[in-house]
Amino acid sequence: MSTTTLPPTEKTQPVSAPPGGLSDRSKAERRLGWRLAGPAFVVMLAVTAYPILQAVYESLFSYRLTDPANRTFTGLTNYWVILTDSLWWQSILVTVFITVVTVSVELVLGFALALVMAKALAAIRPVVRAAILIPYAVITVVSAFAWQFAFDINTGFVNSWFAWLPGVGTDTDWFGDKWTSLLVICLAEIWKTTPFISLLLLAGLAQVPEVLQEAAQVDGATWWQRMWRVTIPNMKAAIMVALLFRSLDAFRVFDSIFIMTGGANGTESVSFLAYRQTIARLEIGLGSAVSVLLFLLVVAIAIGFIKGFKVDLSQARGE
Amino acid sequence: MPNAAGHERPGRGSPTGPRSGRGSRRRAVAGAAALLVAAGTLAACGSGGGGATTLTWYINPDSGGQAEIASRCTDAANGAYTIQTAQLPRESSQQREQLIRRLAAQDSSIDIMSLDPPYIPEFAQAGFLAPIPDDVAGRVTQDVVQSAIDGSTWDGKLVAVPFWANTQLLWFKKSVAEKAGLDMEQPVTWEQLIKAAEAQKTNIAAQGIRAEALTVWVNALIESAGGHIIEKTADKPEDIQLGLTSPAAVQAATVMHDLAASGVGGPAFTTSGEDANVTDFEKGSASFMVNWPFVWGRALSAVKAGTLAQSVPDDYGWTLYPRVDADKPSAPPYGGINLGIGAFSTNVDGAFQAAECIVSEQNQAYYFTTNGNPAAKASVYDDPEVIKVFPQAPVIRESLEMAKPRPQTVYYSEVSGALQREYHPATAIDPEQTGKKANDLISSVLSGDQLL
Repeated sequence: MSTTTLPPTEKTQPVSAPPGGLSDRSKAERRLGWRLAGPAFVVMLAVTAYPILQAVYESLFSYRLTDPANRTFTGLTNYWVILTDSLWWQSILVTVFITVVTVSVELVLGFALALVMAKALAAIRPVVRAAILIPYAVITVVSAFAWQFAFDINTGFVNSWFAWLPGVGTDTDWFGDKWTSLLVICLAEIWKTTPFISLLLLAGLAQVPEVLQEAAQVDGATWWQRMWRVTIPNMKAAIMVALLFRSLDAFRVFDSIFIMTGGANGTESVSFLAYRQTIARLEIGLGSAVSVLLFLLVVAIAIGFIKGFKVDLSQARGE
Repeated sequence: MPNAAGHERPGRGSPTGPRSGRGSRRRAVAGAAALLVAAGTLAACGSGGGGATTLTWYINPDSGGQAEIASRCTDAANGAYTIQTAQLPRESSQQREQLIRRLAAQDSSIDIMSLDPPYIPEFAQAGFLAPIPDDVAGRVTQDVVQSAIDGSTWDGKLVAVPFWANTQLLWFKKSVAEKAGLDMEQPVTWEQLIKAAEAQKTNIAAQGIRAEALTVWVNALIESAGGHIIEKTADKPEDIQLGLTSPAAVQAATVMHDLAASGVGGPAFTTSGEDANVTDFEKGSASFMVNWPFVWGRALSAVKAGTLAQSVPDDYGWTLYPRVDADKPSAPPYGGINLGIGAFSTNVDGAFQAAECIVSEQNQAYYFTTNGNPAAKASVYDDPEVIKVFPQAPVIRESLEMAKPRPQTVYYSEVSGALQREYHPATAIDPEQTGKKANDLISSVLSGDQLL
């Protein structure tokens, strides 16, 4: 291979839709789209918008499920109670920590797995894909139990297998400390949802036109250059969609914490807090307020991604 | 006694908390149990009200004893009613969550409920329990141990039918106690135990996990020292008077602190519940343990299954719960199950008849010997059959007479949750400060000023 060729200095062609107004055809398409999606949209409104509005309404009351007679309107008091409570902020920090750690690790791992799935030999490709997807098919609660068993001081194998690592011994109690608990929770989450990210990224990889790759190769671009300058820019939309979905998902983390620590040692997430107020304490008002705040945070993340990173969800369709 | 560990859960459920091997499996089963309940409910709906003669009994998971009792009582009723059982989740806190949400929606399919005592005031106050007629109340409290009557009473009235009563004993390895020079015929204190464990390089298995089990322990220690978590209850949550800063509570916190600080709680002390405790005790890493009587059945069935040497249970000794204060008798934990009758049931009279049948002496003896759940009726403890299976029976009965329930309040869930937050991990307890912090937390949670 020639070493004198300069690397491509110009960005490869963007993959955006053609400019200009709507043609008749797109208008008809749009109408058809609404007609097809309409029923689903109505169902979505009924099963999501209604409960959300009800939660907003109930968050304005002091209302205990077992004592409906004493339900009183308290305005924004519940929100004030939550936002001035250190437990809320601690839960936010824990949730953000889990989200950032899991999503960033998953992105790297998921990308690698997507490459493996895309490039694997045709003969073993179906097997590889199925194998990679298995964790995603496992119910979160089950995966949480599996990881808990693995790290448990009595039933686990981790302590004896990894006793050679500094700080790990047969009497290491992983769930007895905040950071070791969070480590196991993050590991379980990463193991479970990396396949989701890699699946989305695989779809993105498939969108990168082979001609661009070939052109870059002819120009003498190394594997690394092709990755950074051809593959990744062309799948930016897919990456962003994967990141967005997974971040929203990660922000609602509940199952693993519920199973593994039960919120002990300051490992409560925001969802866990909502559970505890609404279901365990039966304080519907306070719990609804936590849920509404969680909802607003999730909306903020979504808007942040879409506006901040200019994610065009329609681009992910590969048009 | 298969699945011996399964049946004492109601006395000690843990709302959350990581679990040991057995506990975790149970929670996995909880999901299946929830499905079963759902299926049961659907079936009840499907039969068009089910007819007034079908009674549904919501049971906590056990080793099959309640289902057997249900079918025995169905036979005894001669067609007056049929009892079908529907299984609730494993954890008592989740049983409460499920029942209370259904009752809040006035579910008429709930005729009889197996209730964990600390939640009974909440159910009663909300009007979810059908009032017990005086004649029934007279009959079902006859010959019943005091703690079980206390646990079924709210606001001066009997609101649930005592079924079985649980209590914790101090279990010890006879060989180790002997080596340590402890006279187990005499009452022992926590202090003595900690010293003995340190000297013998062994552990004391206690429930340091952040779960209901921790509340059970805290309560038993405070009551043993002569104090109470709730000094005076009140209608308004903010008026409830707490006793966590009393000298007795400080003494109790000192025991927890000393146990944790000395390291005799074992490496996983802050994540150990009852099941992990038994495992440690069976393995031999712990030689003293406070736990429910299920440990005996569990050891025997492990021997039968060939996973435990006969010499292990042979070395088991048992006595009354340790004292906090050498001069004061201890107040062991009280647990068990009492039967509530659903206020929205369409056949309250039939449900009371069925409940009376369920708690009959024969059925309690059957439940004790086969499922290992100690009876609420004192006379059962004189049954030679019972004593044969449970040589601990006399001690259990004595313990039950001394046992003190956990704080009886409508807001039990909050009180327990807040206690768990402050008293966990036990390694971080400051005897002077922790009680004060817990006092403040419970007060502000109850007045709605703080999250939990």
